[in-house]
Amino acid sequence: MTVKEIFESMEYGPAAEDASDALAWLVDQGDRFGHFINGNFTTPGDGFEAKNPATGNVLATLTQASQADVADAVKAARAAQPKWAKLGGHARAKYLYALARLLQKHARLFAVLETLDNGKPIREARDIDIPLAIRHFYYHAGMAQLMEAELPDRAPLGVCGQIIPWNFPLLMLAWKVAPALAMGNTVVLKPAEYTSLTALLFADICQQAGLPKGVLNIVTGHGTVGEMLTNSDVDKIAFTGSTDVGRRIREATAGSGKALTLELGGKSPYIIFDDADIDSAIEGLVDAIWFNQGQVCCAGSRLLVAESIAEDVYTRLKTRMSGLRIGNPLDKCIDVGAIVDPVQLASIQAKVDANSEGETFQTTAPDGCYYPPTLITGLHAASDLMQDEIFGPVLVSTTFRTPAEAVQIANNTRYGLAATVWTENVNLALDIAPKLAAGIVWVNATNLMDAAAGFGGVRESGFGREGGWEGLRAYTKPARSQKPASKVTAFTGDKAPTNPIDRTAKLYIGGKQSRPDSGYSKPVWGKNGALLGHVSLANRKDVRNAVEANANAASWSKTTGHLRAQILYYIAENLAARGDEFAKRLNALQGGTKGKAEVDATINTLFTYAAWADKYDGAAKGVPIRGIALAMNEPVGTIAALCPGTDPLLGLVGLMAPAIAMGNRITAVASTAFPLAATDFIQILETSDVPAGVVNILTGDPAELAPHLASHMNVDAVWSLNGHAAQIEATSISNLKRTWITNTPVAHLKPQDMLAHATEVKTIWVPYGE
Amino acid sequence: MTTVTQTHLPQTTEPRNDGIDLDMDWVMSVQANTSAIERRAATLPGRRSVKKDYQAAWLARAITCIDLTTLSGDDTPGRVRRLCAKARQPVRADILKQLGLPHIQTGAVCVYHDMIATAVEALDGSGIPVAAVSTGFPAGLSPFHLRVAEIEESVKAGAAEIDIVISRRHVLTGNWQALYDEMRTFRAACGDAHVKAILATGELGTLRNVARASLVCMMAGADFIKTSTGKESVNATLPVSLTMIRAIRAYHQRTGLRVGYKPAGGISKAKDALTYLALMKDELGNRWLEPDLFRFGASSLLGDIERQLEHHLTGAYSAAHRHPIG
Repeated sequence: MTVKEIFESMEYGPAAEDASDALAWLVDQGDRFGHFINGNFTTPGDGFEAKNPATGNVLATLTQASQADVADAVKAARAAQPKWAKLGGHARAKYLYALARLLQKHARLFAVLETLDNGKPIREARDIDIPLAIRHFYYHAGMAQLMEAELPDRAPLGVCGQIIPWNFPLLMLAWKVAPALAMGNTVVLKPAEYTSLTALLFADICQQAGLPKGVLNIVTGHGTVGEMLTNSDVDKIAFTGSTDVGRRIREATAGSGKALTLELGGKSPYIIFDDADIDSAIEGLVDAIWFNQGQVCCAGSRLLVAESIAEDVYTRLKTRMSGLRIGNPLDKCIDVGAIVDPVQLASIQAKVDANSEGETFQTTAPDGCYYPPTLITGLHAASDLMQDEIFGPVLVSTTFRTPAEAVQIANNTRYGLAATVWTENVNLALDIAPKLAAGIVWVNATNLMDAAAGFGGVRESGFGREGGWEGLRAYTKPARSQKPASKVTAFTGDKAPTNPIDRTAKLYIGGKQSRPDSGYSKPVWGKNGALLGHVSLANRKDVRNAVEANANAASWSKTTGHLRAQILYYIAENLAARGDEFAKRLNALQGGTKGKAEVDATINTLFTYAAWADKYDGAAKGVPIRGIALAMNEPVGTIAALCPGTDPLLGLVGLMAPAIAMGNRITAVASTAFPLAATDFIQILETSDVPAGVVNILTGDPAELAPHLASHMNVDAVWSLNGHAAQIEATSISNLKRTWITNTPVAHLKPQDMLAHATEVKTIWVPYGE
Repeated sequence: MTTVTQTHLPQTTEPRNDGIDLDMDWVMSVQANTSAIERRAATLPGRRSVKKDYQAAWLARAITCIDLTTLSGDDTPGRVRRLCAKARQPVRADILKQLGLPHIQTGAVCVYHDMIATAVEALDGSGIPVAAVSTGFPAGLSPFHLRVAEIEESVKAGAAEIDIVISRRHVLTGNWQALYDEMRTFRAACGDAHVKAILATGELGTLRNVARASLVCMMAGADFIKTSTGKESVNATLPVSLTMIRAIRAYHQRTGLRVGYKPAGGISKAKDALTYLALMKDELGNRWLEPDLFRFGASSLLGDIERQLEHHLTGAYSAAHRHPIG
């Protein structure tokens, strides 16, 4: 077109980013890559092609890792880890700072290579992905520097296997690698097979930074390599990706003792109330669902609009969609780039094609690996597309009438990663944000992210947080390891009961003592062989009833910390009043004379968590926007706990007290060997104003109860101080609940750790300004 | 007055916005979330990029949308005639020829009342309209009947466009009816001359006020809404512009009427002009890239554009003294 013609038409025209430096870097590497193991690139082997999805052109050939490659990488990481940890925080901070600086110096090269490999618009790679990745290294250089002073009780986990997705290749690398290295871990990273190039360029940067050999290792390949890594001799797996694969990893690592964090899929609600700045909310949708072609785990993909403004919103939204420019990702004037791979494109296509409900509005897309921005209105919660993650530029929508209904629809999902709320009413925003089942809530904004703010989900969106102080828990463990709790077995006997009046120890469910569904009980003998009583044998139906009661006590989570403290103190008071009786019972159950000490320790524990109930404060994070990012400690929900065999009273209260102090409801399975201390405690609960269903106590065989508790989809976390790790972790995949299994004696559990187990950090972003 | 209409650029004709009744429900429902608007404004320059021939063509278009302005206490007829000569020939002919562009001229020349006659005479036959700032510009605090009379005088003197200033106090006290009535009166006084409503956004306190004031002025028949007098401490900004053009879009969607937009003050770089054009194109569409619906209120912008155009042709960065002053 001539200048004159353009003067008339006012078209944008091409504005291509020059890719020659990135392509030259690939040529310099021989267009073939091996793995990065122990500080060196291995000789390229048999492999697969890395393609530019926008053109289909081959960018390089990558090597498919073998079992031996993975083992080598883990071995190198294992060998490097003690020295890396021993270097100290300051020395590690210097390396992380160098990595941040080097990333910054090569920022454009990384951005262009990312766009070539992934298909995302160069603007996003340049202005979002790479700057955020750099920020993560700077931030965690600081965390390395501060570790010894600020986290004296934490130690590195060891070798971390990290498996990252293709949607934000370098950014996800940064999210995983920076905190791991900062805390003194070493890493074996597997980038996604579609997008490994920026990870390999990062390896190049690590060489330039002089990072000690073996501290970071990278193995490339398909999902099978991820499986090998998962099954290898690592101490932790950190995974970001699909919920399906997350489930498989949870299953594969069950009982292995490996730490695990999962950041999985989502179907995040995007709520527009009738008093919102509608145009801004619509612009937010561009950043929510058409950012990165909608291939974003936290994408606001479920639009919920107040019925009164729905038509207006849809009309304006369609106008805005028509203005989106889709095409060559290297063009600086493009909003929507290429889908990462034809396989993914077909998956999006199939999901949309399978839908026959509502009305579909689509803009157009060029030929090739592109999918047009799509809006489907008039759907309902019952529609598949309102429930299933599409992972593409497809927005689905329905309407609501009231704020309560908005919350109800928003939470009507298996997922719980993020949520967005648009309203100009601060009362409404701050009321809704805590009610949404999500790890992140954005008020009048969307997809804001920062290294200082925790990122991660609840429900089937996974567990663990990345970023902030809370993110460091995922890469550390308690510094001092305790001797495991000793194993106990129940006493047997045949003597007559010491007290001739029979006392029936029932189950405690929903504030009532109830007989077990099974109709079975078993005898409990003291050390001297005397029959102390019988306990009920709970079965799966009792589990069902208990969890139902927990669910019905949901209002406990909304009570104030002050109220919960009062109740915990009251429990302590009532226990103290009957302290002698409990001491005797403990002595009778366990033998010996330590009963009084255990009662005293239990009262102390109740006081401790009563004290914490109104003091486990959240934080206001220093994020680089005009606004605040609130880290709120919210209750996990319903926790099922297998109490330890030893310390039958302290073991129950040591788990119950932190759980209810933070607003959780709990179903506890009492010590198998010495259950009568727990059943006696029912009377204490009954007299202490604990609302029905907040605490349930079951007795019976943990081996039988554990899988029912761990698989129950309305249980949000399982704690076990009584083994059964493999069983619990494997069955927890039903809803991907949090699990915590330890053999640390209950007396050695640290309140700060317990409180972290009892809470989810929800990050609420509230930009402000008038 | 027919001569006035004939001199108005461009040739495209569009029904004038005669306004509608004041709709307070609509006005009060308008929201403007500052943080969100700022984020959109901040990312826009990164989202849109115009290069090479496209950039040259866009910059030429920007020139046709400039209200070449002098609003100084020391303006003289000589000064104004020099400005008008520049308006007729804003870019060196050799540059236009090499670009393959026809003759272009600026959107208008903008002066104080006393300079209207000089400007009308100097622009005679060019088709370039003369715009006059009016109504006690810049503060708008002179007696109301004098402000109305000033408009009438300026129209009589040959101004085809009148840039009025609104009473900021009506916005700040929430007296939307008073603002509406004032604007209605000004519009009536303008007759066939087009009226641009200067909101003085830097003095309205909030973007919500900017949005509501924009809407009220359009309801009262403004042909253009304009950010600033150029005399406030904060003039045209992207967030303010986004707020105002979203109001224009809403008004068009509801009434079918197109109202123009004029950012003024602080736009001095060619790159800024491209960003503004992209903002108009993305938010309102190509129709708003014509001088009858879009103007820059600027004095030094043209010089930077000229240098960019020469750079485009020669590949060498240009210098101010190579381009005639206005």
